[in-house]
Amino acid sequence: MHLLQVEIGKSVRVVSFEGGHKLEHKLRQLGLLPGNCARILRHAPLGGPVMVEVDGRAIAIGRGIASKIHVEEEAAPCGSL
Amino acid sequence: MRFALIGQPNCGKSTLFNQVSGYKADTGNFPGTTLTFTKSKVRVFSEIVELVDLPGAYSLAGSNPAEREVLHYLTFNAVDVVINVLDASHLAQGLNLTLELMELGRPLVVALNMMDEAARVGLEIDGPKLEELLGVKVLPLIASRGRGVRTVFTTAMLVARGGITPERPQYHPQIEKAIRLIASNLNGRARESPLAPELMAIKLLEGNAQLLARVEGYSPQARPLVEQAQKDILETQGQPAIWIFNAARHEKAAQLTKQVVAQGEKRRSKRDYLDEILLHRFWGYVVLAIILWLFFQIVYGVGSLLEGPLLESFDKLAVWLASLIGPGSFWADVLTGVVQGIAGGVAIVLPYLAPFLVGLSILEDVGYLPRLAFLVDALMSRLGLHGKAIVPFILGYGCNVPAVMSTRLLEERRDRFIAATMATLVPCAARLAVVFGLVAFYLGPQLALGIYLFNLLVIALTGHILSRFLPERSPGLILEIPVYRLPTWKAVAHKSWFRVREFLVEAWPLLILGSVLLAIFDRLDLARWLNAVVRPLTWVLDLPSQVGVPLIFGIFRKELSLVMLRQALGVVDFAEALSPIQMITFTVFVVFYIPCLATLATLRRELGRRDMIIISAITVVIALLAALLARGVAIIFL
Repeated sequence: MHLLQVEIGKSVRVVSFEGGHKLEHKLRQLGLLPGNCARILRHAPLGGPVMVEVDGRAIAIGRGIASKIHVEEEAAPCGSL
Repeated sequence: MRFALIGQPNCGKSTLFNQVSGYKADTGNFPGTTLTFTKSKVRVFSEIVELVDLPGAYSLAGSNPAEREVLHYLTFNAVDVVINVLDASHLAQGLNLTLELMELGRPLVVALNMMDEAARVGLEIDGPKLEELLGVKVLPLIASRGRGVRTVFTTAMLVARGGITPERPQYHPQIEKAIRLIASNLNGRARESPLAPELMAIKLLEGNAQLLARVEGYSPQARPLVEQAQKDILETQGQPAIWIFNAARHEKAAQLTKQVVAQGEKRRSKRDYLDEILLHRFWGYVVLAIILWLFFQIVYGVGSLLEGPLLESFDKLAVWLASLIGPGSFWADVLTGVVQGIAGGVAIVLPYLAPFLVGLSILEDVGYLPRLAFLVDALMSRLGLHGKAIVPFILGYGCNVPAVMSTRLLEERRDRFIAATMATLVPCAARLAVVFGLVAFYLGPQLALGIYLFNLLVIALTGHILSRFLPERSPGLILEIPVYRLPTWKAVAHKSWFRVREFLVEAWPLLILGSVLLAIFDRLDLARWLNAVVRPLTWVLDLPSQVGVPLIFGIFRKELSLVMLRQALGVVDFAEALSPIQMITFTVFVVFYIPCLATLATLRRELGRRDMIIISAITVVIALLAALLARGVAIIFL
């Protein structure tokens, strides 16, 4: 399952991502690498980006990238730190 | 003494910079507003210090031009102390950069900014403990209210005078060995660089190609050493060196955060709920439309209220002054030219420009622009770009120069080219003056709005066609959405004044000069020749031949097209010389054709001479087609 398939309000843990070290770098800066937890805040309509909360900050991720981030649902919400 | 401000995008560096330097840097609630560095002189302990505000960078690895700029600057300029500004409400991410800065081998001070914001989300940060763990001075700061600013600078001065450099974090033994080996083999100019050789070794191991090319020039043994070390590390650790460095810093930053931050109760405020409406899948767009419509109404309302009476008084003044000297004499004509140039600035441009810039500043500081990027990403991706490309686009309505500069936010060169082309087609405030002063004033605001919508359509079409020709895929949007901030009136006033001043200082004298030149041209009958040169163009568009000179001068400054038009046609009231259809054709052409000189220079700097020429050619073709189309539509409906 990837980031776009998650319902709003659910928490997920990143499992893996498809991409080179440029994407790795970007995701690391935002704290969204395998093992990290994120909560889905909202989807923009008409194929727009998905907005997630990571470590208390909101990040918009375009569909192209979001579909490359594989996640699994977490039962408990992400810890705030 | 030289101090450098370094921090991640949107951490408030520029706000701090402006607190101490008067207004110099462009701040906004958008990650990456500072794209080049700004300098200012500041007095600390009665010593004059050069303060440099470097662009926001998540790291020094340099994945975009703004980040490369930071490392480049530090390599060639000795900095006496680095002031690392951190967003306290996002400590873990910020510390990643701090750990990297500790490797520079330069004195370092950490300023924890936005302590108020951190408290709001319920974070309690133990500053002294962080100071102890890092071995670097850590100071609290609320830059937007000016709290803690003085202490940050006096402490920075003491650290700089002491020349205290922090101890850098240690990596895996194998990596440490590689760092030492490469560092000891750097010689010549590398030794003269203000940066620690170990830092250079780390950046080389991370695979910084530009740095390697530069270092190779004087340390030819560097490349084989670095490549061998990278290979060894990949073999034994199973990961490229850059991943290991990043992971180590990330882990360390997370660890530090755990030790110094306690999560208290989170206070959700009204601001948190604002996004429920502003980013709503339906209401978000309704609000967006309302905001843009209000914006337009206010700019038009204020501008048109002032334009008429102001123009009238200036015309009376010109007639009165000419009568003093003797109407028809050479000097009377020159004087009339001067007055008309002044009037062009005061009566035609400023009434629209000033309210526009104030409005833009407010939208920027509130933090609405990144949300706009979120809302329009789907639309922009149809044009082959992503949501961030909306920024050059919006800035373009103020002035195309910062708009073209802001294309640096985009990662790919192809995206930058398309975004820059689209940005130059956006009617800037100068062209806004033409649209409002001519079409809105004579034909009504609905038609002006129509021209803006038509312009949007043409830009969208251009973007679509260009991305077809350059089919590479855009990397997609990843953008942090900052919290809303209440703009302070001081910041908004400063920023608007900063931009208005640009017009007053750079454009206005040119306006007056152009106006005088035209008066002289007219007298010597030179205008006829220039008009003849562009007659084929004006003929195709069915415009009077006198329009040629204003169009040529419009390349210098877009306002000149309108200001000089009055003179060229020899009328006070445009309606006497131009039909409504001609007004529309002229305005549409002016909106699209060749960007002004300043924009051309910026295009050349950002994209190179070739792309500058290509973009200019594209705009002429588009202008001609769009003007003909508008003329056709106008003939049918008017």
